[in-house]
Amino acid sequence: MKDLLTIDQLGADGIGEIMIAADSFAEVCQRPVPKVPALRGKTIASMFFEDSTRTRNSFDTAAKRLSADTMNFSASSSSVSKGESLRDTVETIEAMGVDAIIVRHKSSGAPQQIARWAQASVINAGDGWHAHPTQALLDVYTVRQEGRSFEGMKVAIVGDISHSRVARSNIEAFRTLGADVTLVAPPTLLPPFAESLGATVSHDLDSVLGDTDVLYLLRMQSERMNQALVPSLGEYHRTFGLTRDRARQLPANSLIMHPGPMNRGIEISPEVVDDPRVRVLNQVTNGVVVRMAVLYLVLSSAAAERSGE
Amino acid sequence: MIAEPRLTRASTGRFEARTQVLTSDDVARATRRMAHEILERNHGLTDVVLIGLERGGVPIAQALAEALQSIEDVEVPVGSVDVSFYRDDIGSVALLPEVTKIDFPVDNRDVILCDDVLYTGRTVRAALDAVTDFGRPSSIQLAVMVDRGHRELPIRPDYIGKNLPTSRGEMVRVSPDGVDLGVVVPEEAE
Amino acid sequence: MSTTQILRGGTVTDQRGTRRADVAWVDGVITDVADSIDPPVGSEILDASDAIVMPGLVDLHAHLREPGQEEAETIETGARGAALGGFTAVVAMPNTTPTMDHPSVVRDVLAIAEGASCEVVPSAAMTVGREGKLLSPMGELASMGVRIFTDDGDGVQDAALMLRIMEYASGLAAVTGGQPIVLAQHCEVASLSAGGHMHEGEWSGRLGMGGQPSEAETLMIVRDIMLSRRTGAHIHMQHVSTAEGVELIRHAKADGVRITSEATTHHFTLTDENCATYDPVFKVHPPLRTAADVAAIKAGLADGTIDAIATDHAPHEPHTKEFPFDQAPPGMLGLETALSLATAELELDMATIAALMSWKPAAIAGIGDRHGRPIEPGEPANLCVFDPSERWTISGTEMASRSQNSPYTGREATGRVRHTIFNGDAVVLGGEATR
Repeated sequence: MKDLLTIDQLGADGIGEIMIAADSFAEVCQRPVPKVPALRGKTIASMFFEDSTRTRNSFDTAAKRLSADTMNFSASSSSVSKGESLRDTVETIEAMGVDAIIVRHKSSGAPQQIARWAQASVINAGDGWHAHPTQALLDVYTVRQEGRSFEGMKVAIVGDISHSRVARSNIEAFRTLGADVTLVAPPTLLPPFAESLGATVSHDLDSVLGDTDVLYLLRMQSERMNQALVPSLGEYHRTFGLTRDRARQLPANSLIMHPGPMNRGIEISPEVVDDPRVRVLNQVTNGVVVRMAVLYLVLSSAAAERSGE
Repeated sequence: MIAEPRLTRASTGRFEARTQVLTSDDVARATRRMAHEILERNHGLTDVVLIGLERGGVPIAQALAEALQSIEDVEVPVGSVDVSFYRDDIGSVALLPEVTKIDFPVDNRDVILCDDVLYTGRTVRAALDAVTDFGRPSSIQLAVMVDRGHRELPIRPDYIGKNLPTSRGEMVRVSPDGVDLGVVVPEEAE
Repeated sequence: MSTTQILRGGTVTDQRGTRRADVAWVDGVITDVADSIDPPVGSEILDASDAIVMPGLVDLHAHLREPGQEEAETIETGARGAALGGFTAVVAMPNTTPTMDHPSVVRDVLAIAEGASCEVVPSAAMTVGREGKLLSPMGELASMGVRIFTDDGDGVQDAALMLRIMEYASGLAAVTGGQPIVLAQHCEVASLSAGGHMHEGEWSGRLGMGGQPSEAETLMIVRDIMLSRRTGAHIHMQHVSTAEGVELIRHAKADGVRITSEATTHHFTLTDENCATYDPVFKVHPPLRTAADVAAIKAGLADGTIDAIATDHAPHEPHTKEFPFDQAPPGMLGLETALSLATAELELDMATIAALMSWKPAAIAGIGDRHGRPIEPGEPANLCVFDPSERWTISGTEMASRSQNSPYTGREATGRVRHTIFNGDAVVLGGEATR
């Protein structure tokens, strides 16, 4: 596999392999010197056409713990603003000699396009509203750490599904592993034909909570209000936010997850943030571990394909 | 239904035994002898720890620990190390790693690396790097059940179950049932 | 000069039917159509064996990009591509730089088009700068021969303005000598399509792409049907892409509303699923829609609800299609592939396809006196010779266009234009352009 662009291309086997490799990297990250020479001599470029300090730092840490050399490229410091095409930009970076390119782009599909032009492996670090496969992998890894079976697990994803790459990739990941996914949102924040994503749709959070194993809250952008998709953030919080009352309805052994950063008082009430069921910091920790596994496996398998094995 | 994609390679062959080199009793005897040699060389077990190389070396380390316990009545710490991340051929072989388990300090200890078969020496080279990432042992020694020759690096075992001259095309399998010499036959494609 | 040229061995298809015939012409005028013509001494024979000889095709909708975007296409290269596709006339869309909204720009276009491989018929904008605010000088433009007015690229958003355009156009009969003015509408309600880059549906949801709902098209079709009903203006619905749109037009026609419509080749050969590659070569306005829409377009072409097949040939410089999908410009090449795809993808007989691509669009464009004529002595020699069995591989880079954005690149096609005769000249001979 040369590139990691979506969860769908992995299948259950591919996700499983990443989980197993992540277990090894979790051990590496607990060592006094959390670093292995696995990708020594490899150069990994991160091309962030959209700012994301968290994801960039997570990938950067992962690459460094694998002993890879890293190169940073951000849209503001590049010639993208001068009207250079995506292909020009990618070919310029590749000419410097890179083995992998980590791409974050505000346009859906940009990593797919780059993967068609680049010899190097392309890893999707989030594209538009489309996909964020490493986020979904770290999310299912976080759930897997609890030692529960995904088969028949009830996952509720709440919030702005329509504009969320995190939602799309998580639907794919949880479904692939056998979980039942319910999307909870007002109709204005659901994509057309939301059921065709392979999930059940609900507009009523309260009716879903009692039968939920994983409650996944999405970040609510304030600009959605200006687009008249919701009347106000206050109304959103009252109808779709995780309030203390709703947290009580949620089963005791359920998990509360969020891709971060959390908007306290919007998708989650401040008094629920410290609930013992919240796994947000585990998600962040696992982000590095899972991204190490992805970089290691994608680069190894890409090289294996090249050498014809 | 398309086959689900894999990031790593599935095994591509099956071991076919040709001759038995050691019986299970022979292996047990060799293990006891090596345990005695470890005791003798290290003047006891005070600082000795065993680390098996994933995957074949882990049962060897466990067998040596049991032998040492039966002789000295001392429980020696046993760990395991996976050298995938230390290999010098990343990319040409993509195999899923095992989790390394070294939950004891290695600083100022006598670390005995254990493996089933010593061949080119490259795995041991990687294991030396892996172990030194955990600390600074006072010594690292090497115990192998079979030394089959063909070294490509200046690595020499300290404890050997059996010296076994082989050709490169052959394969050695160490199991609780003994040691077999054989070949790998490619599995037919489905 | 005055050489006799003869197309020999072909099957003639025109509005009078289909028959085996050779066709001879001298000085651009057909002189003989007969089962077997004895070539006079010194005449030139063109092979039409196993081929169909039909009136030259007419495209109601092409972007030739000149003036202003000559890096993407010129009138010369666009007309050459048209000829290679069997067209002897193309209507040039006015979204050039400057906009074709003034007699001086139209005169320039006509001057540049002299000597081109086909007739270039300028359309003109309905509003100044296609800004949807002020009327263009429609009277002056009509008096110099412009018959099609359109703000193509955008629909006229303001209903009151559209009503005034229709009313004003209905008073222009005096300057056109009674010939009708056609108001061609790009049906798209901008507030509904804003932020969209492909059809809003299952695929846009899955791909995480902003969608353009079908209603962006149908609402404007409804509005213009109602306004045409009131004013009697001839409204031509450009590039109809939705099943609902076809149905609305079908009803309006049955009600006697003065309405015609066109569908593009890509809207009956491609669907929104093609966007799953995120290759901007599949980005177009209106967007590629669903398989159900494709079926409805085909049915509309079959029953005459849709009057013409158009190309909406829209060249874009190669690097602009190497931007992300949502940043790349919409549009695709169509002139060189339209006839081949129409014959392959539509289950229609050759005469029906010829009607949709030749004499019916010729009538709408007001050029029915010289294009889309029956193949008979005394008629102008504007002809398309099509070999229905030639197999070829479509390649955007091998086209006459200055651009390469054909969504069909790599497709194995059957049926190709062998010769194109424009005013008696073989501007395409054996599949090669001669001008």
